[in-house]
Amino acid sequence: MPAALQTRALAKRYGTIEALRGVELEVGEGELVGLLGPNGAGKSTLVKIAVGLVHPTGGDATVCGAPAGSAAARASLGYLAELFRFPGWYSADEVLLLHQRLAGSNGGEAERTELLRLVGLLDARGRKVDAMSKGMQQRLGIAQALVGSPRILLLDEPTSALDPAGRRTVRRLLEELRARGVAVLLNSHLLSEVELVCDRVVIITGGSVVAAGTPAELSRARGVEIETAAGLREFPDATRDDAPHLVAELVAAGERIYEVRVRRTSLEETYLHAVGEDAT
Amino acid sequence: MFAIVLVLTAVFLGLYALGTDRAFQEVAEFEQDPTFQAVDERTLAGATLLGLAMFGTLFLGAVLAVFLTHAVVRGDAERGLLQPLVVRPLGRTTLLGARFLAAAVVCGLYAAGLFAATAGITYWTGSWWPDRFWLPAAELAAAAVVVCMLSLLGSVFLSATANGIAVFMLVGAGIVGGLLGQIGAALDSETLVDVAEKASWALPFEALYQDALHAISSESFGLTGELLQLGPFGGAQSAGGALWPWVVGYLAAAGALAAFVFGRKDL
Repeated sequence: MPAALQTRALAKRYGTIEALRGVELEVGEGELVGLLGPNGAGKSTLVKIAVGLVHPTGGDATVCGAPAGSAAARASLGYLAELFRFPGWYSADEVLLLHQRLAGSNGGEAERTELLRLVGLLDARGRKVDAMSKGMQQRLGIAQALVGSPRILLLDEPTSALDPAGRRTVRRLLEELRARGVAVLLNSHLLSEVELVCDRVVIITGGSVVAAGTPAELSRARGVEIETAAGLREFPDATRDDAPHLVAELVAAGERIYEVRVRRTSLEETYLHAVGEDAT
Repeated sequence: MFAIVLVLTAVFLGLYALGTDRAFQEVAEFEQDPTFQAVDERTLAGATLLGLAMFGTLFLGAVLAVFLTHAVVRGDAERGLLQPLVVRPLGRTTLLGARFLAAAVVCGLYAAGLFAATAGITYWTGSWWPDRFWLPAAELAAAAVVVCMLSLLGSVFLSATANGIAVFMLVGAGIVGGLLGQIGAALDSETLVDVAEKASWALPFEALYQDALHAISSESFGLTGELLQLGPFGGAQSAGGALWPWVVGYLAAAGALAAFVFGRKDL
């Protein structure tokens, strides 16, 4: 089965500005991948190429095996843009009905009810978009992206307008989507959010992928600290596997051990290091 | 927005009914005067008034056309309305075609309906009916459709506000072109007439408007016919048989250009 999203040497140039420089990325079926990077790193350009809003100047991208931008690719995906708006005179239910027609979904009222329930808008299904808060519109946007049961969901800053409760709703939704086998590419600035829900994280800056891996892989070991009666002993090059040996040596040397800590870099520190910012 | 259009239309029709009623009362007095025997006063008044109403119809049709289409591509993309639609499988050309078709049907029916209403008011107040009815109705509808297409094409390149201004300037330029032709004909200036003719083909809503003006009094001859040929707000000139094929080709070419550029545009 082809990857939900695959890019090969993907490049995009806007005049003299290189937004993407040969990006290689793969999102597997049912995988939840977080896309991190500073403003202007090329994250939104990458997502826009995947959904067919922007044309690449080099390389290629495929969605579920179909060229990005083709009708087959667009039929396989759901997308929530960073900046989006629905006609203010539509109700939440009408927005979803419109997108069911555009997507060729035959889910009917049952699908709309299920999606509104998923995003916590079931009680507001008849409310006009103009009468909704920004957070409600954001959740409606996520429901819209899920119309037609897409195989991959591309979310560009989906929680930017949400309060903490709304963000938790979205996290639960993402976990539920993963359980259903829907792949997700989550473009977000919220590292904690990405760390909490994503299977894999890709860090992009200056149009290139500079780090990629699971959150655990990116949170590298940064030494071992052992608190003894004589004070704190630091072993900066040691790893978790070295800890029992170090403790045994110290005990053999007559030290009394009170605490052993394996230090790890946080995702934030890894991110700041990868994008060339000072981590302190 | 539609409420504003309806209110403007109602105000326009009300004022037109009042104006034509007063004008035809004056005409009834002239008709008894032997000094004006060389001119068919009722036809002159009826065609002039309906010609003025046709100018109003073209203007209101253009306003509606611009408001329905000025933001279809760049404007809607800048507001974030377009992206959720474009990523659906229907395709950009279909989306653009659907937006044009919807606006063209609304504007075309509006312009034709408004022409019919003003013709009816003219008949009701002055017992005057245009020499031809269906042709000018269709031409005014087509003129509004041409403005729709120009606005749609402009929306691919320009932001909503800039496009709205540009299309209104084009409409104004077309009408001024017609007036120049009128002045050129009066002054016997070939250059002005030539400029006006080229302008009316470059902006065919003006050629349609002129042909429609000509059609409402196409069977008037003599001094009445000469006076009517000057027409209000543009010359009442027949555009000939090439007009409709040209309009169809113009719409097709502009639509193809809009679809081509939109299809390659980064959003």
